This record gives sequence, C-alpha cells and structure tokens, in this order.
Amino acid sequence: MAHTNINDPLLQEITGPTPGQMLRRRILGHQGLLIGAVVMAILLIVAIFAPLLAPHDPYAQSLMHRMEPPVFLGGTWDHPLGTDHLGRDYLSRLIYGARVSLMIGTIAALISGVIGTAMGVAAGYFGGRVDMVVTFLINVRLAMPVVLVALAVVAIMGGSLQVVIAVLGLLLWDRFAVVMRASTLQVRRREYVAAAQAIGASTPRVILSEMMPNIANNLIVVVTLEMAHAILLEAALSFLGLGVQPPTPSWGLMVSEGKNMMLFEPWLVLIPGAVLFLLVLAINLMGDGLRDVTAPENRS
Amino acid sequence: MTGHPPKKPPILELRNVGKTYQVKQGLFGKARPLTAVNDVSLSLSRGEVLGLVGESGCGKSTLAKILLGLEAPTTGQVLVDGQEIGDQDRLSLARRIQPIFQDPYSSLNPRKSIFDIVSLPLRVHGIGDRTQWEKQVREILDIVGLPARVMNTYPSQMSGGQRQRVAIARALIMKPEIVICDEPTSALDVSVQSQILNLLGELRREFGLTYLFISHDLAVVEHLASRVAVMYLGRIVEEADVAGLFDHARHPYTQALLQSVLTPEPGLGVPDTQLGMAYPNPIDPPSGCRFHPRCPLATDHCKSHAPRPIRTEQGLVECHLYDPESQMYKNEAA
Ligand SMILES: Nc1ncnc2c1ncn2[C@@H]1O[C@H](COP(=O)(O)OP(=O)(O)O)[C@@H](O)[C@H]1O
Ligand code: SF4
Ligand SMILES: [Mg+2]
Repeated sequence: MAHTNINDPLLQEITGPTPGQMLRRRILGHQGLLIGAVVMAILLIVAIFAPLLAPHDPYAQSLMHRMEPPVFLGGTWDHPLGTDHLGRDYLSRLIYGARVSLMIGTIAALISGVIGTAMGVAAGYFGGRVDMVVTFLINVRLAMPVVLVALAVVAIMGGSLQVVIAVLGLLLWDRFAVVMRASTLQVRRREYVAAAQAIGASTPRVILSEMMPNIANNLIVVVTLEMAHAILLEAALSFLGLGVQPPTPSWGLMVSEGKNMMLFEPWLVLIPGAVLFLLVLAINLMGDGLRDVTAPENRS
Repeated sequence: MTGHPPKKPPILELRNVGKTYQVKQGLFGKARPLTAVNDVSLSLSRGEVLGLVGESGCGKSTLAKILLGLEAPTTGQVLVDGQEIGDQDRLSLARRIQPIFQDPYSSLNPRKSIFDIVSLPLRVHGIGDRTQWEKQVREILDIVGLPARVMNTYPSQMSGGQRQRVAIARALIMKPEIVICDEPTSALDVSVQSQILNLLGELRREFGLTYLFISHDLAVVEHLASRVAVMYLGRIVEEADVAGLFDHARHPYTQALLQSVLTPEPGLGVPDTQLGMAYPNPIDPPSGCRFHPRCPLATDHCKSHAPRPIRTEQGLVECHLYDPESQMYKNEAA
C-alpha cells in the first residue's frame, strides 16, 4: 500500500542543507572563531610538547647568566627571551607555564562544569523543591567573593597546583548552574520532550539524549568563559604568593617575581603578561564564535 | 444467559478526572489553586473518534497529558481497557496510547535525523535490531506518505506538513490502539490542514485506531469525529453525537462556537466567539455557572447556582435551561 505520491506538492525536493553542513559553513565563515582556534591550537601544542620545544630546563639556575635581556633588547640567541633573576631561561619557563595555565583552566572548568550542569539541569527539569534548593545554593555561592574565598582556603591549606585547581573547580560552577537551569527550563517545554516521555523513555534518556544536544551549545560558551576566569584567577593567586608555589613555572608567578624589577627590566612582567592576555583573548574569541556558530537552527 | 449481549466496554474511560495546579504569583505570592480540568467523565469505545473542543486555555492539553500518563490527575481515574493507567508501567501504556502534538516545529527534536526520531519508540522498547528498525521506519514513512529518502534528513529541512507526517509516523510505528491528537492541524497552513486531516482519517480506518481529537475549532472536528465534547473552563458543558450537535446545539456556549465556525476564514487562530467578554482567568472562575458572564441567556439564578450535568439520549448538557428541576427549564428547549 504505497501512499507516496511523487506529484504531491508537499513532497517536493527536500533540498536544504543538513544541520551538520550548516555548522561547517558557519564555522568556516566566522573569522573570530578561526583566529581564536588557531591561537589556542598553537598554545595547546606548545603546552603538550613543552619538553621538546623548550631550549633549556625551566628549573636550571645559573648565577652567571642572571637577568640577561631578550634578544630584541640586545640579548643573545642562547636565551631568546632572556633569563630571570635566578638565571633560568625565560622562554623555557614561559613554555612550561602554558602547561600550568591550560591545565588549571581545563580541569577547573571541567569540575565546575560537571557540578554546575548537574545542578542546573536537575533544577530546570524537576522544578519544585529541587529547584528551590539549587536556587538557594546558587545564591549562597554568588554571595561569596571568589577571590577572598580562594585566598582564605589557599592560606589555610597551603598553595599548590592541586589545591588551586580544586578550589577554583568548586567555586566557579555558579554560571554553569544558572545558564543550564535557564536553558533546561526552556527546552523542557518543547513537545519533543513530552513525545519522548509518552514513548516511555526513561528520565536519564530524556535528559541526556533528547535535551542535552539542544542545550550543550550554551555549555560551550560558559566553559570558555570559566576557563579564562580560572586562568586569570590562578595568575592573580600566584601573583599574591598564594597560588602555585615556586619554582613551578606559572605565568602569574613570573609576573610576580618580575614585579620588583619592573622599573628597570619591564620585559620581565610584560612578556608573561602578554601571553596571558593572548591566551585569554583566544579563549574568549573561541567562546563567542562557538556561540554564534552553534545557535539553534533557524526554523526553515 | 439473557437476550442482549453485554455492552462493549469502553477502551478509554475517564471517571471524574480533575487536575489542580498550585500557581505561585510573584516572588513571595502564596500558591493559589488553578483547576485546569474539573470533574471530567468521558468514555471512548474502540474505533471511535471523540472530538474535544474548547477555547485556548480551557484545559484540553492538560487532559491530553493526563491520558498519556505525563501528568497525574488530582482526582478521579483514567482507565484504559478497564485498567487504571496509574497501575500500568510506562512502557505498556506507551504501546497502547500515543500522542500527536500541535506544533510540529516543537515536537521533532531538531538535533535528530528523521530516522532517529521515527525509530525512537522501537529503540526505547528494545524491539528488533538496526535492520528491522530501518525496515519498519521505511514502511511507516510510506504509510504516512513520505519517501524513504527523508530518513537521513533533519526536521529543519522539512515543511510543517512534512514534519507533522513524521510526528504521525512516530506515533503509529508501534501500532497503538489510541491516539491523542492535540490540535494536530492548528499550527499548519490552511492548505495543508485538510491533507493531514484526510491522512488521519485514512489511518484510522486502516488500523482501526481510536482517536481523541482535540481542537479549538468545531469545523475541524466535524468531518472526523463521531461524537463531540465541548469544554469550558475545565468542564465538559455539552456532549453529543456530531450530527446532533451541529443540527441543534443546546448549550449557549456550543451555539456561540457554532456561530464562529460560520464566520469567514474559520480555522485561523482562536475562533471569535462573538461573546464580547474575554475568556475568564481559570484561577478566578466565575461563581454559579462558569459561563454566565458571557452567556446571552444568563439570569441572576445562573450567577449563584452552578448547573448540574443532565444526561438524556441526546447526550450531556450542563445548563439550567435543560434541567427539568430548574426554575429556568423551558420545555421547548428539550
Ligand atoms: N504546569 C502548569 N502549571 C500551572 N498551570 C498550568 C499548567 N499547565 C496548564 N496550566 C493552566 O491550565 C489551563 C489549561 O491549560 P491547557 O490545558 O494548556 O489549555 P488548552 O490546551 O485548552 O489551551 C491554563 O489556564 C493554563 O495556564
Ligand atoms: S446555566 Fe445560565 S449562564 Fe450557564 S449556560 Fe445556561 S443559561 Fe447560560
Ligand atoms: Mg493546548
């Protein structure tokens, strides 16, 4: 019993691009996203292959070669970006510092992303009491100044890479929760959710398979924001001496160590400051671009 | 055993079903009850189409959600084949009763291919394997009038009518007995509406389906339904077979709805009921007969006394004019 009638005007060519094709087109047409992605990719490669790329051991001190200027200020190619006050190669420390920054940014954003997404989606999906509890927790969290809490915890627990990551991961989930709650509330009203429930799909299946693909694009933006946030907070904590401890090469720590000599050797501060700026800029460009590109499909 | 055979038991029965939401007004407002569905009793026999008609906000979708097991009724019972739905597990209920929703732009997941959407029931219920899913999806797409090649496309690539066909395919792939059609054509272009209505009619005959067909428009229901229930502020105010209802509607609200069908361009949005006043807020329903502020025949008696449902062989009506024990009873009306 073939009901298909090829002359039916309803069934004329289905010619529009698939969502995948549209996405590819939009990515390639978005300059900010491409620039951000290229810079991020370079920094990522540098971080991963740090041992191969660094010309020197980032921890090796040399009293003979302290405070040598970078090559563009009259230094030698042996230390292209000069050396610090302990004679350690500045380029090598910068390269290893990329590892610290990216690791802290990624892991902290991952931890807070899992916490915030679980809370926000539960609040939006179940509503009622669950929503009340989550909203209360979000408000409590928003009432705590991140920097002060991080300072207090690090001061008590002692600064280390692990403590900084844990503290930031446990503090930066609020925006995830707020954004995921709002987008879950919105998507929950769509009829395809009711259709899946009426089919008998389990709640985890409805949330993970039906709703998540439609709200995950909001997640991408928050991930990038919070990554940048965590990286800057780590730098600030390390600058104050309460973050990553010396001799670990961290960009925030490098700025801190260079600040005493800032008037005479400003490049000690400007170089790590500039790469920090570049990384955060690249992350933000990528986040903005991804938001533009993954916005839900236009209705046809 | 005596002469007459036992009456066929209804396949779907609602007994005094009610749903009250607690609605919070403002940040610190106290929750107030909103009765979306109020003491509704209906029954559908196998193969029948019952039309459910009423203005937007009268509780039709809430009733649909209760029937699908998506909302628990506050009062009353819903029985499918004599079994209360609260006692059935979700999967077996899903196999018997499926929905077709109003907005095909919202009822299909934009991130899923048509194959994924239509095969979801089979996958959730663990029926068959991938080759069987493909075969069954192909079959059902053909039945609803879509070529098999749409399997790999996405909802955003389709028109409203095509999408609604996909939604119908998803509802029918597991061969349910009952289909709840919640305004399946009101989001579609007028030119496409009749195609979808015809398709639904054909499918019902072919598969012996039972429909609860919800619409805000009496005209849409006329061709498909054998019986019509008219809903106002959560209550069924009149129920009759379709010919009787269109020939001599009894309830003043039904009469107003019928008049609106005769106005130009029926089927476009909410019918203009010519009732003057706006639809009341269900959180503050009028006293007495809930229809009295808009009823051209209302008297002071209607403001203070709620009419009771009167059942005759013509069907059900809830209005003092038809209650033999009421002071307003007019003999000629009956
Ligand atoms: N989840 C809910 N919470 C509170 N009120 C609701 C909810 N769902 C529906 N309502 C209210 O119940 C009434 C009936 O809504 P609905 O069943 O959607 O009407 P219809 O489908 O006839 O347009 C409306 O006043 C609506 O605001
Ligand atoms: S009871 Fe009175 S107000 Fe209500 S419909 Fe009948 S006549 Fe109108
Ligand atoms: Mg509705």
